[in-house]
Amino acid sequence: MDKLTALLAGLLFGAGVTVSGMVNPMKVQNFMDILGRWDPTLLFVMGGALAVTYAGYRLVLRAPRPRFAAAFVIPSLQGIDERLIGGAVVFGLGWGLTGLCPGPAIASLVFGYWPSVLFVLAMAAGMMLARSLFLETGGTSSGD
Amino acid sequence: MDQLDTPLLTTAFTPLAGLTGGILIGLSAVLLMGGLGRVAGISGIFGSLLGRWRPDNAWRALFIAGLLAGAILTSLLGGFDSDSMAFPGNPLTTVVGGLLVGLGTALGAGCTSGHGICGIARLSVRSIVSTAVFMVFAVATVYLMRHVIGAS
Repeated sequence: MDKLTALLAGLLFGAGVTVSGMVNPMKVQNFMDILGRWDPTLLFVMGGALAVTYAGYRLVLRAPRPRFAAAFVIPSLQGIDERLIGGAVVFGLGWGLTGLCPGPAIASLVFGYWPSVLFVLAMAAGMMLARSLFLETGGTSSGD
Repeated sequence: MDQLDTPLLTTAFTPLAGLTGGILIGLSAVLLMGGLGRVAGISGIFGSLLGRWRPDNAWRALFIAGLLAGAILTSLLGGFDSDSMAFPGNPLTTVVGGLLVGLGTALGAGCTSGHGICGIARLSVRSIVSTAVFMVFAVATVYLMRHVIGAS
């Protein structure tokens, strides 16, 4: 059941970023162009996702443990540090430049446009670079 | 100039489709937390798959497979027209942007889904700050490119 749950969660996510149009990087970049070709759709995507996740988390986190796993794995890092801020700045620059962030970028691979492939390969390289330059070995620590 | 010969620079405001998609993404996040106890953060899920294989990567691989299948299924069912897609910039900006997104999300431990949705839903201060910062810098980048430098 755990395998099926992961697959179904991925399916819902992929359907969500696609039906909302977020797999179209021009649409996302237009959201950021407040003084130009502004397309506020992303606000509704974030709003819908946040409302459901906020309410749903409160419901499921009441249980002593998840249904098909031993424990909840919640990011435990606290406090604002340079790494968090620096990472967000760098990510914001790349997101603005391309209109692509990880979820929609990976989902967009299925539509067969070469910029999707180029972007995802470069993103993978960037993640591995960050790991070898800055991060301790042993994988991601805070899990997003 | 656009990378593809599609003059689809302007996109229509589609609040209902946006809300529908947002609700689906929220359901995904809740299902993954309630079922497996995990955060639906795509940069973390994808990034972990790039390292050495570990036993708990099975669910991550299945999640990514589902993500791809969800996109295919949605367009097959008429929920999205992939001909409407347009990629801003050129091959250089795409590669530089991809590198920045990979570096930034690995360093900052999260992206739009992990911090922007799952983290904010937990009222995590780190996620709220991160999201505010990457939103502001994305908006500033687009402003610079489109209204100062003058790219399309």
